[in-house]
Amino acid sequence: MSTGQLPRWVDLGLIPLINLVAAFFVSGLVVILIGESPVEAVQVLIWGSLGFGEGIGFTLFYATNFIFTGLAVAVAFHAGLFNIGGEGQAYIGGLGVAAACLLLDHIVPWWVTMPFAVAGAALMGAAWAFIPGYLQATRGSHVVITTIMFNFIAASLMVYLLVNVIGEAGSMQPETRTFVEGGRLPFLTDIIPGVDFGTAPVNFSLILALLACIGVWLLIWRTRLGYEIRSYGANPDAAVYAGINPVRTIVITMMISGGLAGMMAINEVMGSQHRLLIEFVTGYGFVGIAVALMGRAHPVGIVLAAILFGMLYQGGAELSFEIPAITRDMIVVIQGLVILFAGALEYMFRPTLVRLFASRRAPAAAAG
Amino acid sequence: MKKLFAMSAAASVMLACASALAADIQPAVLYDLGGKFDKSFNEAAHSGAQRFLEDTGIEYRDFELQNDSQREQALRNFARRGMNPIVAIGFSQANAVEKVAAEYPDTQFAIVDMVVDLPNVRSIVFKEHEGSYIVGMLAAMASETGKVGFVGGMDIPLIRKFACGYKQGVLAVNADAEVFQNMTGTTGAAWNDPVKGGELAKSQFDRGADVVYHAAGATGIGVLQAAADAGKLGIGVDSNQNGLHPGSVLSSMIKRVDVAVYQAFDDAKNDNWTSGFEVLGLAEGGVDWALDENNAALVTEEMKAAVAQAKNQIISGEIVVHDYMSDQNCPF
Repeated sequence: MSTGQLPRWVDLGLIPLINLVAAFFVSGLVVILIGESPVEAVQVLIWGSLGFGEGIGFTLFYATNFIFTGLAVAVAFHAGLFNIGGEGQAYIGGLGVAAACLLLDHIVPWWVTMPFAVAGAALMGAAWAFIPGYLQATRGSHVVITTIMFNFIAASLMVYLLVNVIGEAGSMQPETRTFVEGGRLPFLTDIIPGVDFGTAPVNFSLILALLACIGVWLLIWRTRLGYEIRSYGANPDAAVYAGINPVRTIVITMMISGGLAGMMAINEVMGSQHRLLIEFVTGYGFVGIAVALMGRAHPVGIVLAAILFGMLYQGGAELSFEIPAITRDMIVVIQGLVILFAGALEYMFRPTLVRLFASRRAPAAAAG
Repeated sequence: MKKLFAMSAAASVMLACASALAADIQPAVLYDLGGKFDKSFNEAAHSGAQRFLEDTGIEYRDFELQNDSQREQALRNFARRGMNPIVAIGFSQANAVEKVAAEYPDTQFAIVDMVVDLPNVRSIVFKEHEGSYIVGMLAAMASETGKVGFVGGMDIPLIRKFACGYKQGVLAVNADAEVFQNMTGTTGAAWNDPVKGGELAKSQFDRGADVVYHAAGATGIGVLQAAADAGKLGIGVDSNQNGLHPGSVLSSMIKRVDVAVYQAFDDAKNDNWTSGFEVLGLAEGGVDWALDENNAALVTEEMKAAVAQAKNQIISGEIVVHDYMSDQNCPF
């Protein structure tokens, strides 16, 4: 383990910052290559994501999605499992949300519908993650393979259901009917006095997401189950020797992970679109992996990383709006570079920093 | 070079302003998730806007979506900046157009492939089933085995509409013909998977098909490639794709999204804007089949006569091509 070699602030603050700067530096070179000013691009990106109420609203809206999917990946990480099926789990979670909203929206207000929608989303997501988890635990089928395959099964199932079963007849778009008031979460603009997020769809789900962060922190670091999850992740053999049931741990972890991913659907389906439609996940599940990596699988880190990716999403949209030469594919390149430096190349600068701090510490130690 | 171009563009804009009073429109296009260079549906919209730029010198703005939440955001961004008219491409934009058009009643909106009933929205839908019927007839006449194929993109009602019209056309020529249907996938990737498109086409060839029609966006590039490689015939869609493999593309079912976009811009420029409901079928030239030097050798006089007759009969109402969307069902 490399932790302990560096002061905590370097590990958690400086290294992510250096990675981020490096990513933006390379992105800047790409922007220069296509003949635009990188300074202007950064200005537009930051102004677009944080410069005005609606921009902040959109940033937080995207961040809500990333918090849920990031937490999902992080919980599985702690048990040494790599759940890359957040995409499918969120998609199926939408089914639970839609079921609650379609059944209840005419009858009760939103705050009665919400618990059912949350439970529906979590249950459906958990059920979708249960099968890969169970197969991993009892048959050794690797979750990386099974969860990604389950993404495709989820997509097929949802298209089938939306086109043939629950979709609105006569509509080109495979989608359910639009929910009425009782199936819509309130926008934060409307419930927090004095805050103006314009028309941004940031909604009550953000509060649910932050509650989920606290829940995950309590689960992983303050409960017996969390201890089992962490022990199993650190060393499965030792954990089994210590009497931890591996099947139970894997299955429960995967279900919690899937449930969190499923809850992302609340933000999109009940919070923003107010209907279940095809392809509403559009990659948030996969970005969750980057968010969890960058946030070091810790809720605080995940919130910060989710906001960063929210900024990239919202600022990126403004960027391609303001500077048409920077297309959406360029935005994907910039996002990809951030993921590359923050996730995959995370250890690129570490050895240098370790040496740097070791050489600084060594004379001090000698003097002491 | 770039400066020179900018200057000449500025000069032409100034000239345009001086010559025409109503020319100061700021048109905008919002593409669907497929992106503007999908070699098909969205690209047709792009080429319409591009042609308008070349003809009039009037610049337009466009935007490519990354996710569903950006639909409303992009429309509002356009409207707020005084863009007018704003053309939204694709049925998925309907909800967003409905919301934003109500917020900006003085801005003209147009939506392709869906109907939004507001006083400032022009809804343009196409009768894809009619065009598909015609290419279905061509396929059945060109086929020697009596077996033809269809490769769709994503399995959604719109694509079933293509498939159903096609099948009806095939059966109208040869009641014993077999039509193989495959959809490429269930995610958005199904519009952009030429490898899988090619594999599906090959499997249909293995089962005896010798003509295959695609309605699959960029996936269809692989379908047409596979047809050319196997010495069979492909049929293109949306844009005229006859030139992709001259001699191997029997025809293309053209859907004039480009004309719809051009027309919307042009009407706004000439103060001729009309809102409401436009259905473009064979009669209106909204859908058609493509005949050019690339496929002239493949289409016999007999085929031309037969489709010309069918076209007249469809226009006159003598032949009714079944619209899948009317009852979510294909009776063939």
